[in-house]
Parts: sequence; C-alpha cells; structure tokens
Amino acid sequence: MPSVMLKKNAEGKLVFYVPKKDLEEVAESIEFDSPEKWGGEVLLSDGSKYYFEPVNAQPDFPVTLRAKRLDSGD
Amino acid sequence: MAALTREETEALIQEVLEVYPEQARKDRAKHLAVNDQSLEKSNKCITSNRKSQPGTMTIRGCAYAGSKGVVWGPIKDMIHISHGPVGCGQYSRAGRRNYYVGTTGVNTFGTMNFTSDFQEKDIVFGGDKKLAKIMHEIEQLFPLNKGISIQSECPIGLIGDDIEAVAKKANKEIGKPVVPVRCEGFRGVSQSLGHHIANDAIRDWVLENRDGDESFPTTPYDVAVIGDYNIGGDAWASRTLLEEMGLRVVAQWSGDGTIAEMEKTPKVKLNLIHCYRSMNYIARHMEEKYKIPWIEYNFFGPTKIAESLRKIAALFDETIQEGAERVIAKYQSEYDAVIAKYKPRLLGKRVMLYVGGLRPRHVIGAYEDLGMEVVGTGYEFGHNDDYDRTIKEMGNATLIYDDVTGYEFEEFVKRVKPDLIGSGIKEKYIFQKMGIPFRQMHSWDYSGPYHGYDGFAIFARDMDMTLNNPCWKQVKVPWKKEESPNVAVAAGA
Repeated sequence: MPSVMLKKNAEGKLVFYVPKKDLEEVAESIEFDSPEKWGGEVLLSDGSKYYFEPVNAQPDFPVTLRAKRLDSGD
Repeated sequence: MAALTREETEALIQEVLEVYPEQARKDRAKHLAVNDQSLEKSNKCITSNRKSQPGTMTIRGCAYAGSKGVVWGPIKDMIHISHGPVGCGQYSRAGRRNYYVGTTGVNTFGTMNFTSDFQEKDIVFGGDKKLAKIMHEIEQLFPLNKGISIQSECPIGLIGDDIEAVAKKANKEIGKPVVPVRCEGFRGVSQSLGHHIANDAIRDWVLENRDGDESFPTTPYDVAVIGDYNIGGDAWASRTLLEEMGLRVVAQWSGDGTIAEMEKTPKVKLNLIHCYRSMNYIARHMEEKYKIPWIEYNFFGPTKIAESLRKIAALFDETIQEGAERVIAKYQSEYDAVIAKYKPRLLGKRVMLYVGGLRPRHVIGAYEDLGMEVVGTGYEFGHNDDYDRTIKEMGNATLIYDDVTGYEFEEFVKRVKPDLIGSGIKEKYIFQKMGIPFRQMHSWDYSGPYHGYDGFAIFARDMDMTLNNPCWKQVKVPWKKEESPNVAVAAGA
C-alpha cells in the first residue's frame, strides 16, 4: 500500500511518484477517468499496475493517495 | 587517447570488479554501468541509494551532514545546535563555504559552531536538561537570532532523548521557532536521507508559520530559489539573472537564506529547483499543499542558462519572456568572449566527475560549452531519479558509477586517462599525485561562483588554469619514474 503522489504534467498526463522508491512514471491508462468517477486500475509506462479505490469526483491534483500494487512488477 | 568503445568500457568494469570477493563483486556490479542513451529508465542499468559495502572506501557522508551541513546550516539568522559530542560540528564547521551577508556573531551565525558538547554523564543521564539550558544561554548571548534548530548527532537517537518536548517548551519560553531535527548520522545509507529529514522538519515546523497571514504583499512574479546553497556566491550570481528578467526572488533556500524567507515561500507563484536531490521533497509538498508548481533549472554554462531562462519565462507572461531574451542578449558578448578565449585552450579535453547530488549532470553543459567532453560521471548519494536525468546528458558508452569506491575510481582513471577530474577533497591529492589535473567540484576549490553568466567566466578560467598549468609537466607518477641515480646518496644521508 504505497503512498503515491499524483500530479498532471504539462501534457495533461498523470504523473505517478512514489517517494520511497524514487519511482517517477507517467500513467498510460486509468480505468475510470471522467468528471463523475475516478480511480480503478492504473497502468504505468514501465508496465506496473496499481489500483486506486474509485471515488465519485476527480481528485484535486496534485494529491497524495494510497494505492494497491496489483502485480509484482519486474 | 581515443574514447573507449562500449565493449572496452564493459570489459574495463569487469576487470575492475575482478579483485572483489564474489559477494561484493555481485553487489558492486549493479552500481557500475556503461551509458546507453536509448534507455528511458536508469533502473534497467544501475542501482543506487543502497548501503555501501563494508570494507570498501566510500566517499559518502551521513544524515547529520545532509541536514546540518547542507539544508539547515546555511540559514544564516538561525542558530543550529549540533546536539551531541563536539566533533561532528567542529570538523565540518564552515567547510561548505555558504556565503552570506551579515555580521557573524551578531545577527548571522553561519560560520559559527554551536554544540551541546556531550560528555559521559550526558550519555548516561540524558542531555535534555543541558539542551534546555543551552537555549536560554543562546538567547542571552545572541539575542538577535531568529530561531534555533537542534541537529541531532548519533547519540541522541541511541539514548532516546525527547528533543521535541524540549523544543516545544523552549519555543513557548523564548517565542521564536525552535526546530528539532532527527537527523542522527546512522539513519539511512548516505547524506541523502538527512536532506529528506531536514525537508520534513521544515515542512512540519516552519512552512505553516504564516498560513492564514496575508499581510505579505505579493506580485504575480514571485519566485523562490530552492536548492541553491550559495557556495562561493552561487545563489547571488543566479539571483541577479532572475531579477534582471523581471522576477521577484522572495526566498533563497537556503544559501544566504533566512527563516523569514522560508516562512514566506508558500506565498510565491513558482518554485525554482536547482538541487533536485536535496530539496525536491519540500517542492513536492508545496505543490500539493499550496498548489505551487515547481520546475528544475540549470545555471551552469550559457547553453543551459539560456535554456533554463526560457523554460522559466514560458511559465509567465510576455514581459518576463521578453526579459529572458533581454538578459540572454545582454550577456552574449560577455560569454562569447569567454568561450573565444578559453575554448581553444580546452578543446577536446576529457573530464571525469564524481560529485554529490546535482553536479554530476548539471555541469556537463558548462564543460561542453568549452569544447570539453565528460567521459565518466557518478553520484555519491544520487537516487534512481537522478540517474534517469543523467542518461540523456551523457554521451553513449561513457562510464557511470554510483557510490564509487576509492579503488574503482583510481582504476577507472588509470584506464580512461581523463585530462581533468572533478571531485572532492578526499580524492584531490590522490589524483594530483598521479599527475592528473584536479578541481574540487564540491567547494569549487575555494573559488566560485560557478552559477550564472558571471560564474561561467570564473569556471572557464579555473578549468584553464588547472588544466594548462605548467606544473603537470613536472610531475611524474612514481611507476613511470626512471631508476633514480640519487638513491644511494639519499640512503647514505
């Protein structure tokens, strides 16, 4: 359950930052990404997957959220 | 000597690793790599921010060095108590040359050493009472101080003193910020965790002090310079450029900085990060809490300065963008003259670097402006995000070494044969005795500033006077020395 700092970069893409792991990745896809619902599975550009509990509104980025790691990665 | 090919560099790494026992060899192999610009992520080729191997000569510092020496120490109007035995503070006193304006001992305290000077009885009975007494002594002797920070040395964590309670009590009694910092030297693998702990202490004890207080008049052009420690005057050379392009620099973190500036930082419009490694934590925190965006910039060498000025200006309106162009044009004749003078003397020279947290990648541009080439670089305490940013800056098939050991560095230098090495004081005399020109890239070899256009002129002059110094022709490395005819005489004398 890492704490993930999320922000939008200049291109409007979601940037993932896990301080403890120095992991700085762009999110490739987000399961739910609409004004009404946000969260679900997030696929990062390095291939790893994380899960955010879906919420009923877009979070106010930048924000720190708890995520669940779905795969063990490489 | 021609540059090494990828295969040769890989073979060199294998050869150097040969002497280690199997376990150490396996571990060290992960920290040495041949640069491959096609990689996006450094974790494919290099491991960093890991504990050093026992028995190797590492060049790293400790968490206390990262907090007291780097982040907190330069805040000039606060008194930083090195809490614990006297040595940690005294042997590092004023070593980083963080310049500041003020009268030392009256309203600024940068080069002074304050310590609780732990004795055996303090270890046995605890040092909290002594610490409380020290604060009142400080208030009496130096009434113009604007706050106190308590920088823990190893014993504080070991004996479990409650410095937070003492700090809170003292804060009420003297009415000034008193910041306990849990930066005991044994924490983490290098000074890097000390930076993080210091950032967290600023976040928890300083940054919120003026929340809800709107009395500070702001402008749309307010910025903070973060992660510039004013070594040899670096921050001043940077600040002038930003001010000339029309920005208002509200705070300097932390070279020549004050606690009032730090408290005002949440009011700025943009945070400018020079040393990413030591201050990105607080920038990320401010981005989240106060919605202040941050960008990294690089003020080494005219190419990177122009790039950075334009990048910063792009986030503001046209007056600032015009200002950036005006500044670049204004200094053009100056830096063109510097390049015209020194480039012919330095062209094609090869440099190996091994420094701390930002210079291994930031100074590459400045060397390239002078026609030099960086053929090897590495961080003492960088993390993987630093290496991510380094891969693109370095040429293909160049050497990258993380937390390099004394032995590895020497062997690399013997084979790569650079014309100049940039590293710290501990490496300096080894390489000078090997007959290789050397510049200290931590403290600029008592020179500086190197940031900004003014700094570039000094940088170019320093590199030239080191590299082209006639003394190097007189130095012969011992293993190349011919049989000396004077041996018998010396023995007889």
